[in-house]
Amino acid sequence: MSDSRSGLFGFVLNGLGHMFRGGLLYWAWLALLLVLIVLGGWHYYLQLRDGLLVTNMSNQVSWGFYISNFTFLVGVAAAAVMLVVPAYIFNRKDIKDVVLMGDTMAIGAVAMAILFVVVDLGRPDRFWHLIPFIGRFNFPESMLAWDVIVLNGYLLLNFGISFYIVYNHYQGKEPNASRYFPWVLLAIFWAISIHTVTAFLYSANSARPYWHNALLAPRFIASAFASGPALMAIGLQIIRRVSDYPIRQSVIDHLALVAAIALQVTLFFVLAELFTDFYNEGEHAASARYLFFGLDGHTALTPWIWTAVLLLAVALLILMIHPLRTHPVYMNIAFVLTVVGVWIEKGMGLVIPAFVPTPIGEIYEYAPSATEIMVSLGIWAIGLLLFTLLAKAALPVQCSFLREKAHREVTHDDA
Amino acid sequence: MKNPDDQNDDPAIGDMARRRFLQGVALATGAGALAVNGGAWGGSTLSDAFADFFQQHYQRMTEAEIRATIERIERKAKRRYGVDIRVDNTPAQEGVIFGYAINVSKCRGYRDCVHACARENNLSSDTQYIRVIEMDRDSTDLRHGDHYYDHEQVPVEGKYYLPMQCMQCDNPPCVKACPVEATWTEPDGIVVVDYDWCIGCRYCMTACPYQARHFNWGHPDLTSAGLNPDTHYLGNRPRPRGVVEKCHFCVQRTRKGRQPACQEACPTGARIFGNLLDPDSEIRYVLEHKAVFRLKEDLGTEPKFWYFRDE
Repeated sequence: MSDSRSGLFGFVLNGLGHMFRGGLLYWAWLALLLVLIVLGGWHYYLQLRDGLLVTNMSNQVSWGFYISNFTFLVGVAAAAVMLVVPAYIFNRKDIKDVVLMGDTMAIGAVAMAILFVVVDLGRPDRFWHLIPFIGRFNFPESMLAWDVIVLNGYLLLNFGISFYIVYNHYQGKEPNASRYFPWVLLAIFWAISIHTVTAFLYSANSARPYWHNALLAPRFIASAFASGPALMAIGLQIIRRVSDYPIRQSVIDHLALVAAIALQVTLFFVLAELFTDFYNEGEHAASARYLFFGLDGHTALTPWIWTAVLLLAVALLILMIHPLRTHPVYMNIAFVLTVVGVWIEKGMGLVIPAFVPTPIGEIYEYAPSATEIMVSLGIWAIGLLLFTLLAKAALPVQCSFLREKAHREVTHDDA
Repeated sequence: MKNPDDQNDDPAIGDMARRRFLQGVALATGAGALAVNGGAWGGSTLSDAFADFFQQHYQRMTEAEIRATIERIERKAKRRYGVDIRVDNTPAQEGVIFGYAINVSKCRGYRDCVHACARENNLSSDTQYIRVIEMDRDSTDLRHGDHYYDHEQVPVEGKYYLPMQCMQCDNPPCVKACPVEATWTEPDGIVVVDYDWCIGCRYCMTACPYQARHFNWGHPDLTSAGLNPDTHYLGNRPRPRGVVEKCHFCVQRTRKGRQPACQEACPTGARIFGNLLDPDSEIRYVLEHKAVFRLKEDLGTEPKFWYFRDE
């Protein structure tokens, strides 16, 4: 590698070059994402033009599909620690080789989470009111102010760490652990904090008994550690198939085990909550009753939650039986079921019921409008595009670094 | 730069012209957000659009800045509705904290308060600050109340009526929730919103236990004929789209010694409003001599809104 190309400029140029080089499948994937982004963008334009009127949200159910997706994605982002901890704290070499992909996924997930909040704003043109010092930031009073800090901080941390490591690898150097390790430690705590703060955003509301309980934050973390690793395992296997990046099966097995344990804890938490709600059922259980059984003939959410229960139960069964968990097909079925199941449970199942009935007893149902679904698809496409491009730029650097390193080790052993 | 709105008086045509004009502005400046949201009013001149965008928080503005802002608000109302509104900025009066009490025995469910409030406060047709709930005689459970009763005649046998609106809590969870301090408690105890600072995240609506906050999902559908021109900055001035609003105890009236519109409209005398710090006020008499109660007192929100029954 020549000196002129090893600088920052060359690094960025090299990355951009890789982003726009690929086979037919790669370009088809990018094209699909771009189509979804354009469609989503068009529907967001319509929403800006006509107001949030085009959503199905109401004064009764004032948060909907956007905030549901936001909640799920914060969990996915936080789950990157399930690679970071074994890689850096327990020095698992196989995981250290792929930990960067976990960080990259966290970047995509946080970016999506932030976008989901932005599209939910009635006045996105006033975003600058949220900037500390320039705007007027209600910190530390408002849990939403906390969320703005932890989400943006997490984005910066992950981006900074990944950038530092890949840049060093690009220059053929082993990154200086004493320089990045403190940030990795910080990022581990930060990951837990983004999900805790997001849970507190909900559980802080004494007006809404469905959220107002101490189990909410632990439940959040548990389900995040099921869905995040499952999504990462799917992503890593796709990367392994489309590139020559060496991802060992032991990494996938590790993620499957984490998902299995987290899923058991999640279901235990849910059962604990259902017992408390229904053994001596009072008004505080109205939302849970609405979600699982319907209330006064209103049953819009019951198909959602029973679907989630079924998916998660099957996933748990597969993940708990060793021969099935290690089977390449069944394992992936379990991953997909876990992701979809938690997406429902943590999204629609967690956000919407808190608004039904309203604190003053009104029942008003909600289902996302076409606009909300299209804008959400657009945001998912943006996140996937971000992940794809970043991974595409980083992978060749990682591959050649790992190859050189392996080569060095081999020659070292020979000597 | 010439303002295209000066050339016609038809509000509909003027609106379209403004929109086209603004799109030009956005292209020229690259400020797409301004065109899409049309400033706070769906249409504006270039300088007003910029002033809208950079407008400071109400509590951070100097006297002069507030005066300029008020002039701009009046100008925009004139342009949009063809009405000369007056935006008052009377501050909270010394030694005044407002409170409200409702005599549940006297309320007969006419909803005159609801409609008087809507007229007085320039409410969009999809918004009502006051909600009268029809309750079963034998229950205080809000979940079994009827929010949308529609009978030929009220009151209905076996029912009683429970009017609800913003309780102006002394410990308001909504104020705590707002990430940008767009809502706060004034010295006279009224919880207000700076409609030009609210970012429309609706976290305050999530936090409110009384369902007292309302969001402008679309642009308020005010008509020129129905517009009440006597407004207050923190009260009933026309609201933009995409922000939260709520009952403010008719700040435009009560800070000038008048009663709120809902109190004036009530034909049965069920509503008692006044200064909690004045020992001779009627509200103080009620609090001292009646068995009063408040809604959801267990949440610690300390509402300044009481209910009582005739013994």
